[in-house]
Amino acid sequence: MKSSVITFPGSNCDRDMDVALRKFGFKNKMVWHADAELPKSDLVVLPGGFSYGDYLRCGSMASKSRIMQSVINFANSGGMVMGICNGFQILVETGLVPGVLLRNKYLEFICKNVFVKINDKKNKYFKNVDNEVLEFHIAHNEGNYFCTNDQLKEIEDNNQIAINYCDENGKIEDKFNPNGSIKNIAGIFNKEKNVLGMMPHPERMIHTSLSGEDGSLFFKNLINNLK
Amino acid sequence: MKISVIITLKKDVLDPQGKVIHQTLDGMGFADVNEVRQGKYFEIDTKETDNDKAKAKVEEMCKKLLANLVIENYKIIDPK
Repeated sequence: MKSSVITFPGSNCDRDMDVALRKFGFKNKMVWHADAELPKSDLVVLPGGFSYGDYLRCGSMASKSRIMQSVINFANSGGMVMGICNGFQILVETGLVPGVLLRNKYLEFICKNVFVKINDKKNKYFKNVDNEVLEFHIAHNEGNYFCTNDQLKEIEDNNQIAINYCDENGKIEDKFNPNGSIKNIAGIFNKEKNVLGMMPHPERMIHTSLSGEDGSLFFKNLINNLK
Repeated sequence: MKISVIITLKKDVLDPQGKVIHQTLDGMGFADVNEVRQGKYFEIDTKETDNDKAKAKVEEMCKKLLANLVIENYKIIDPK
């Protein structure tokens, strides 16, 4: 399986993602934002970080960079595109997934482990994951998911919510919502479910010495689903 | 020609920064503030000399980059 990780000026989780993808069997290529063409890929990842210093709005500048037109075309033709953290912010700015990510409700940069509940397994990202709840890491200042009421209705009608913040038993309540996101949303799909944006970082949970292995479950499963 | 743009958050979008500014103003003794909403201001100097054309271009910029229409409104100030 071939993957591509896009590096923008200010990306800082691109190499972590490279390590994670390689560990679980992807042949990964790093792709510079100013390139025009994507290499042949089964998966494209927009990594976390602070592309363009978060100027204007997080992800807004990166969403207009040269490579993104190829990424958008790839996604629109059914290609798998996953945006993590800043990558999620870039995805919402392209319009590939609905909504926006606002400043965290309590204005804090949040850096901690959280639990997320998988809302939908009828997709290539979470199909066959045994667990209902995964422990991932979050580190963000703008992860407060927001969308209009019309968009929310559409998202719910199409079952586009991927994961919600919850407790270790999968209970989704306001007190387990770290950043004020509508409906505890931590990640969403596009309508066709080939594009996934999520705030948590599975690539930070791929070894017991990195505070957990739930990211390993995610990546092992992902590569099997793509075969 | 210089054209100014003001971007504001839509009415029902939470503005935590505005809220904190409001609280701070309260603490400083400005007790009669009802609400504070934080926005953005841009000055765009363009080579275009035709007023209407320049405004139309800036409007396109607002829609494509300067504002995110899910949460923000934009207002173009007439060039003087």
